Amino acid sequence: MDTSPDSQYYPWLPFVTLLRKEILRFLRVSTQTLLTPIVTASLYLFIFGATLGERLNVLEGFSYAQFVIPGLIIMGVINNTFANTSSSLFMSRYLGGIVDLLVTPVSPPQFIMAYTLAAMLRGLLVGAVVWLISTMFATLPWESPFLAILMAVIASFLFAQFGLIAAIYAHNFDTLSMYSNFLILPLVYLGGVFYPISILPDPWGSFSYLNPLFYLIDGFRHAIIGVGDTSYLLAFGVSLGIATVLFSWAAWLIGKGYRLRS
Amino acid sequence: MRLYIRIMSALIIENLYKSFDGIPAVKGINFTIDNGEIFGLLGPNGAGKSTTINMIAGVVRLGSGSITAFGYDNQREYRHTRRMLGVVHQEVVIDNFFTVDQALRLHAGYYGVKDDPAWRQLLVERLGLKPHLDKVMLKLSGGLKRRFMIAKALIHRPKLLILDEPTAGVDVELRHGLWEFVREINRQGTTILLTTHYLEEAEEMCDRIAIMNHGELIALEETQQLIRRLSNRQLRLWLEYPLTEIPIGLGSYSPELKENGNILLLRLPAGEGAGRVLSQLTESGLKIQDIETDQSGLEEVFIHLTGIKGA
Repeated sequence: MDTSPDSQYYPWLPFVTLLRKEILRFLRVSTQTLLTPIVTASLYLFIFGATLGERLNVLEGFSYAQFVIPGLIIMGVINNTFANTSSSLFMSRYLGGIVDLLVTPVSPPQFIMAYTLAAMLRGLLVGAVVWLISTMFATLPWESPFLAILMAVIASFLFAQFGLIAAIYAHNFDTLSMYSNFLILPLVYLGGVFYPISILPDPWGSFSYLNPLFYLIDGFRHAIIGVGDTSYLLAFGVSLGIATVLFSWAAWLIGKGYRLRS
Repeated sequence: MRLYIRIMSALIIENLYKSFDGIPAVKGINFTIDNGEIFGLLGPNGAGKSTTINMIAGVVRLGSGSITAFGYDNQREYRHTRRMLGVVHQEVVIDNFFTVDQALRLHAGYYGVKDDPAWRQLLVERLGLKPHLDKVMLKLSGGLKRRFMIAKALIHRPKLLILDEPTAGVDVELRHGLWEFVREINRQGTTILLTTHYLEEAEEMCDRIAIMNHGELIALEETQQLIRRLSNRQLRLWLEYPLTEIPIGLGSYSPELKENGNILLLRLPAGEGAGRVLSQLTESGLKIQDIETDQSGLEEVFIHLTGIKGA
């Protein structure tokens, strides 16, 4: 057997392979990972865009559908990036498959980026399809398309990191679902997806500024419809800051092998 | 000289220590595996074998000490060492999302090696996986999963193959097939480190054997030398005429008369040859018709060292 493979070593291949595997993983169960969130978002669009939406008016100069669609898009991005990294890494830990990676030359940065990029792809794909479907209900003005895409990318990156962290700390499926049901879901719903926080009476309106997801949702909507509850600078600054903190946290955990290597 | 040893050795373990929640699992062990040998690491359950193997593979962090594989430190230069190691874990590890074929291709990539169709083909043929390439892991039988684990560990052509209980729960036919294949890849240059519960297999396969107990290395020798040194041999003498009582001076050999005094059984202490006792018997005028020696194997050595039956 030829046992001198040094010249055949491709340093980027472990990363590319892990990224490919993570993408294939979610595509293989696309009914669960892509179709279900798209159907859920379509139902929201139908309810708030075509039925209730016609009777609601929360922002001067915009239909309710135009207001709610950016929130629904970013909600799809957030939920699906989180679900991808958290479920994939947790399943690997839970079923023991993680050792298959731990014995390979995949480095911690390659590990994080492969999981992150695959999750971002899934989240952004869901977001893009939700937007395409939304065109049946309303036309968005797309004031700053570049900033909107940038905010979606930041949101997906941030929640991919949060998913990795949750997967490492979770002890079982129950604790993992707690992160999405009792943390992300309330923060998304109270972060201004369905209403502008400016219409809330105090102290609820002021409290909303403490919700980190408000900045992601508002920044994205602001970039699309040109109106927001806060400035671009604050929305992007807070979102980037949180993304950096979570990335550093995830990198530290994975670099150390926390709960991955005993 | 030291540098030469480091390069020529497949694996050097120095002062390796590991504890879990303050309880020591591996207590400062040292050993070296030469390039090209088949090395057995044996011990009862909880002896620290799997912890040692998992530290070598990178699944368990080192408490202290060092591991050097083919001259590279497995902490600082883990990318080099892991490329040279193939690991068959004790637990069956599979990914139910992929077919056998897809999983093998992915595994080569994790190691930074481009898919080599000829090598992949050879592995699946030799391990009897060819008819199952398009099956997802969930559909494989226990034996096929084991074979897949071996193919997966070899897909990147490792220089050192680590087999942690590869035949646990595997039927006899498959066990023989797997060991035959392991011998074949060893002949082609791959160093083998194995643990097994089947001591007769270790005796047959391994050039050298290390025995662990309570986290310590209690023996490390060439297999046959270890058996010769530590197992008691039994000498069965067929006599020309029957004896009614045991000759004087044989007390240290635990003598026993059988078959109405026609057979004299003597147990040789570990490490002692038959020459001394045979001269003694000849001098005493005993006529011997035939001699048979019965050497017990690794199992007895294992029990002798650990006080536990079976590895």
